[in-house]
Amino acid sequence: MTDLLRPRVLGRSPRRVDGPAKVTGTARYAGDQHVVDPAHLHLVQAEVARGVLTEVEVGAARALDGVLAVLTPDNAPRLASARDAELAALQSHDVAFRGQVVAAVVARTREIAREAAALVRVRIDPRPHDVHLSADRDDLYAPEKVNGGADTDTSRGDLGTGLAHSPFTLDQTYTTAWYNNNPMEPHTTTALWLDGDLVLYDSTQGVHTTRQATAKVLGLDPRRVHVISPHVGGGFGAKGTAHVHAIVAAMAARAVPGTPVKLALTRQQMFSLVGYRTPTVQRVRMGCDADGRLAAVALDAVSQTSRVKEFAEQTARPTRMMYAAPNRRTTHRLAALDVPVPSWMRAPGECPGMFGPEVAVDELAAACGVDPVEFRVRNEPDVDPETGKPFSSRNLVACLREGARRFGWEHRDPTPRAREEAGWLVGTGVAASTYPVSRTPGSVAAIRCTGPGRYLVRIGAADLGTGTWTSLAQVAADALGVDFGDVELRIGDTALPEASVAGGSSGITSWGSTVVAAAEALRERFGDDPAAGDEVRAGMPDNPAAGRYAMHAFGAQFAEVRVHVDTGEVRVARLLGVFAVGRVVNPRLARSQLVGGMTMGLSMALHEHSVVDERFGHVVNHDFAEYHIATNADVPRVEAHWVEEHDPHTNPMGTKGVGEIGIVGTAAAIANAAHHATGVRVRDLPITLDHFL
Amino acid sequence: MDGEIELRVDGRRRRLRVDTRTTLLDALRDGVGALAPKKGCDHGQCGACTVLLDGRRAITCLALAVAHDGAEVTTAEGLADGERLHPVQEAFLERDALQCGFCTPGQVCSAVGVLDELAAGHPSAVTADLTGPVEATDDEVRERMSGNLCRCGAYVGIVAAVRDGAR
Repeated sequence: MTDLLRPRVLGRSPRRVDGPAKVTGTARYAGDQHVVDPAHLHLVQAEVARGVLTEVEVGAARALDGVLAVLTPDNAPRLASARDAELAALQSHDVAFRGQVVAAVVARTREIAREAAALVRVRIDPRPHDVHLSADRDDLYAPEKVNGGADTDTSRGDLGTGLAHSPFTLDQTYTTAWYNNNPMEPHTTTALWLDGDLVLYDSTQGVHTTRQATAKVLGLDPRRVHVISPHVGGGFGAKGTAHVHAIVAAMAARAVPGTPVKLALTRQQMFSLVGYRTPTVQRVRMGCDADGRLAAVALDAVSQTSRVKEFAEQTARPTRMMYAAPNRRTTHRLAALDVPVPSWMRAPGECPGMFGPEVAVDELAAACGVDPVEFRVRNEPDVDPETGKPFSSRNLVACLREGARRFGWEHRDPTPRAREEAGWLVGTGVAASTYPVSRTPGSVAAIRCTGPGRYLVRIGAADLGTGTWTSLAQVAADALGVDFGDVELRIGDTALPEASVAGGSSGITSWGSTVVAAAEALRERFGDDPAAGDEVRAGMPDNPAAGRYAMHAFGAQFAEVRVHVDTGEVRVARLLGVFAVGRVVNPRLARSQLVGGMTMGLSMALHEHSVVDERFGHVVNHDFAEYHIATNADVPRVEAHWVEEHDPHTNPMGTKGVGEIGIVGTAAAIANAAHHATGVRVRDLPITLDHFL
Repeated sequence: MDGEIELRVDGRRRRLRVDTRTTLLDALRDGVGALAPKKGCDHGQCGACTVLLDGRRAITCLALAVAHDGAEVTTAEGLADGERLHPVQEAFLERDALQCGFCTPGQVCSAVGVLDELAAGHPSAVTADLTGPVEATDDEVRERMSGNLCRCGAYVGIVAAVRDGAR
């Protein structure tokens, strides 16, 4: 794949196509879709972490005027498949985690549903539970594979020998916290049955994946499930796989024939029902010579999973390809706990997995007296160090150099705790970023000529704020050789041809390649001047380069941090990222994605922490008053830039994906800057003021 | 228990029956069909439900509908004149001060409220001089817009858009 699409519309910055609807509030999200006389659904959750339901007393709830149905494990219909324990709503009396759905109330109004839910009496015979994550547990196990299908463990050379022969070594443990995705739009499903067909207005990152999952659990022909999701109020992975609320909404709607049922999770419920980022424990070992050249690199990662459904965060994956070193090892181990099911959160694997190693690099660089930018440059591999494959393109060094230049790194005094301004200790830090280029099979696009030089492009893709409405139309315009305004794009509906999920920064690679293939098929079949009504469909073609190259995006993040001398208050004053992400489809929107990722990285570094009360097994700070995400006043100057990068192998557009890399490395850069400011090395996120007192 | 109220929403008069427990947000969304204000937390913690209530920005999930009989409500939809956007909305588009858009109607209403507050000389926690006029600096805008959370991380664009709106 060497002939990249000739860019005419690609690389330009049209405003968001969906922007006017969003700034006026007329964009219709799942909870805004019009249905006639809906009923409202409210969920009842288990208040113990493990046990057996002995009684769900619904008399008082049912007696309330306006209550239409109460579903419990005693009366809920049997599902066709209960294999996915997360989706097997109300199928068992076993309680596997605190917050599990144990009943659901349907009522005429929101207020009545909520009142009735509070009247449901749930008796649970509690069993001992265990939600304690530690790398010292004796029951850690190795999963078969980790998320994304990567190997659980890898090894090259001999780690012990590599460390033993290194004059400078590091052996430290780093931890990242439990994080909840918390998109601004709570997960919402409006369900209605029409002649045996199920219609779901759902907030989802993939209408077809939601259809597939719900059809299987409910025992329906997927063609009879219709999922509609034109606008999604953020997802960050939490809407990437189907979660239990969609199933309960469908069951509830079946219980009140002819009535559509609306369910919007509360913010509090989102902390146990829609996935989250597992906490991780990362033991990093590195050894290098006096010039900072690494001889050994190892990461042993421990994370948690639920006892009823496995999710294995691929925390050690980036360590496998970041730096050259002849001796290397990575492992993943899991603790199966009585906790809600963890899942994807923006850059699973890379985001937590680049915290420990990138702080470790900073520590080791300081130990051997090499500048941390230079240290990374010196350990740049020629080929993927584990597979031996060439990189399709790798411009980490260019990002580091350009970032250093823009940030003003050159005159930096590496001495920690050497700058104080008006009572604030000031420091700067750097960390690298990376994210793989992924393509997800299964997409089909249809293109129809609707008039002279005008085209309708249909594919069930998703826009969760990523900009698909705009950027995929730009791809289509260049693929068809027409102006941006001559393309009408339709996405977000299972009535459209099948599309893969918006996840793993794979959207434009997967859907874009598919749209390009459809445009080529259209030209081949109908020539340059098709008649109105001429239409083709095409699936995503194979990429012959896929197996031959290691394909990754890279970046370098620089941070300036201020820590108050007396209070230890820590503030980020400046973030600057330079990325190598292939060709940028729409600079205006791509910058938003990168800056947004960095902002979420700042939030992870300083603010976010789901605090678990191990006695009861739940996240106690389960709302925005206590689970702090960065507010406007927390976010200073954040700049994202990119280097020119021509990659002929990733896809016909030459793109690499921009949705996730922005969050990768940010927290490490901030931790490194905090160390430079104060001399205190924080290895456990979040970086709070108590570390500096 | 129900009560009857009258609201003027985006210039249109509406009478409706509401449960006394119904929030102004739910009354607007379910009763009036004004869908621009969004429910992000229902606890007054995120700002997605912000509207201009009798001319000042207010969080509608913390207001009971029956307590606002006769109120004048302007949502993000009402800020635009049909296809013609309010200058703040135009600035949000130009600065790409949004991604998923769910918090955006609240951000936009809040921004319009902030600009009015600045013009009226209301000080904030970061205002140095409490006696003179207040300038729409980055710090002032950040402070005043911090009741509106954005998980996509569009704050940098939002600050720029609000400052554009001040011109």
